[in-house]
Amino acid sequence: MNHHASRIADLFGSRSGTLLVACTMAGDPDYATSMRIIQEMIDAGADMIELVMPHSDPVADGPVMQEAVSRALDAGMNTDRFFSLISEIRKGSGTPLVVLTYANIVIQRGVEQFYRDAANAGVDGVAVADVPLEESGPFVAAARNARIEPILFVSRTTSKDRLEKILSAAGGFIYLVAAMGVTGTRDGIPEETLVCLREVKDRTGIPVVPGFGISGPEHIRTYADSGADGVIVGSALVQEIAQQVKLGCDPVSKVGGRVRRLKSGCIIDR
Amino acid sequence: MTGSTRFGAYGGQYVPETLICALEELEHAYTTIVPSRAFQTEMEYYLKEYAGRETPLTFCRNMSRDCGCRIYLKREDLLHSGAHKLNNALGQALLAKAMGKKRIIAETGAGQHGVATAIAGAVLGLRVEVYMGVEDMGRQSLNVARMEMLGARVIPVRSGSRTLKDAINEALRDWVANVENTHYLIGSVVGPHPFPALVRDFQTVIGRETRDQILEKEERLPDVLVACVGGGSNAIGLFHAFLKDDVALFGAEAGGEGIKGRHGATLCRGRPGVLHGTYTYLIQDAFGQILESHSISAGLDYPGVGPEHSFLKDEGRVTYLPVTDEEALDSFFYLSRTEGILPALESAHAVALARTLADDLDDDGILVINLSGRGDKDVAQVAALMGGRR
Repeated sequence: MNHHASRIADLFGSRSGTLLVACTMAGDPDYATSMRIIQEMIDAGADMIELVMPHSDPVADGPVMQEAVSRALDAGMNTDRFFSLISEIRKGSGTPLVVLTYANIVIQRGVEQFYRDAANAGVDGVAVADVPLEESGPFVAAARNARIEPILFVSRTTSKDRLEKILSAAGGFIYLVAAMGVTGTRDGIPEETLVCLREVKDRTGIPVVPGFGISGPEHIRTYADSGADGVIVGSALVQEIAQQVKLGCDPVSKVGGRVRRLKSGCIIDR
Repeated sequence: MTGSTRFGAYGGQYVPETLICALEELEHAYTTIVPSRAFQTEMEYYLKEYAGRETPLTFCRNMSRDCGCRIYLKREDLLHSGAHKLNNALGQALLAKAMGKKRIIAETGAGQHGVATAIAGAVLGLRVEVYMGVEDMGRQSLNVARMEMLGARVIPVRSGSRTLKDAINEALRDWVANVENTHYLIGSVVGPHPFPALVRDFQTVIGRETRDQILEKEERLPDVLVACVGGGSNAIGLFHAFLKDDVALFGAEAGGEGIKGRHGATLCRGRPGVLHGTYTYLIQDAFGQILESHSISAGLDYPGVGPEHSFLKDEGRVTYLPVTDEEALDSFFYLSRTEGILPALESAHAVALARTLADDLDDDGILVINLSGRGDKDVAQVAALMGGRR
């Protein structure tokens, strides 16, 4: 599996325009549909997939993701099935795939074991939402051992001193937390976030990718103009799934349409 | 961060990146403002003149005769607000004010911490908003009314299990979004560093007073201390002054429906993991999903526990034992009828465990129970549970 370790670097290295990272909750609304949603995201032009392994107490997430957690867990998602799902996707796709989850999911599997299983399934990077620099030591070490990129977070409240340490420990890309608060769609982009984005870009060669609050092509263009290497869109896509599930409809094509519209915001070359 | 954020393996700061700046600011305030003479003087003033400290250490003649040893109650039920929670609420509210925060948020389970925070906010002129699970709002409606009358806003939490755990999640989410003007006044020795140490320090007054009082009354230290443990703040508050002494320490956890049923006995039956920013014992499944806890008492209905308790358990310094809903209810009536004191259902767990432990003590053995709160809030619930039986 080691030859996959540079998929993320290859992607950013060869990019023209801003990359679209499409995020969804594994197993939402069920295993089989989730698999089709991920495939559709790839077919619709997502450059990278961020797949969330649900945790019962997602403190960094807003209501949309919380409801998705409930749907996925109620439908039987767990860490074993999560890695099976990724392995199945990997059979047909070379699209870079990163995992987002919470500390307890990793710890209960055993930190080393989690990253080994992730590598075997074909995962390229792992971000843990409630593991800041202060607790990141064992997670980053296990990621490096398994040839997985350890994706770390920065925000506009990250001090200069901590930023330097985060940049030297991180791999793959820097996840820029673009909004203070939890995940969920928002109307505008705070100016402080764009300032922060430019500052981080000035200090590192690692790609910088904002997430939180991004829902439309106009957001993507604004970030692209400030030098973002990609953007992560999560709640806006998961919201689409939630709506279709409530209507009793299959969410796959709607999610695909949404990804295509988002992609239109990414294709302007800088 | 300066110094350790852990108690042995337990504790830490498992929070989103956006909260680190708030924890750094709080730790700075904890290490600079709290030890200052000005802060300590003001804290002592409020505890004595406003909250009514020191609280009595009451010798229970009837219960002692019945149980065959010398039993004392540390009367936190007599503290203003009716529970020990006010020690911490006043301390953190004073600290928040010194930090220049205008707004306080809190979570509450039984409602006692919400009431204490509403009181502290009212007297210190801070806006208070309290997150409370709708499940708990139903069983503790009296405290919901008290909070609102005291000027606090109660925000219903409908996510997850709709209890204390989810109220903490919502408070953390609020804090992430509003760190600049808001202090999160957490109610127990849980959460990310420095909260477990900060809350403990505001509660250790319980044990310091108990130590002085028992030495004056008995001229020796007690043999056994008992306190109930949900998050564990009243227990840490009592135990801390005795950790280095030859005194047996016991924590009563929520045994709920008993050995096969639902429970809140985190230390007795859980496994270590991460919840609410800290590494500690948890009630969880094999994959790390947090399971719903259960207790007759909302204040013990929590699938986690303070990380220092996890440390004290592994060290063998404190023994934690489960007490079932039924045993707690029985001791609720027992203390009411034997001593004329209605205990909170939380504290009734400690009374129940004490009655068992008393069997191993001689007539002159000394046992102290932390009566962490009064039972008025539970009267309607207990009456409903008993139906026609009294």
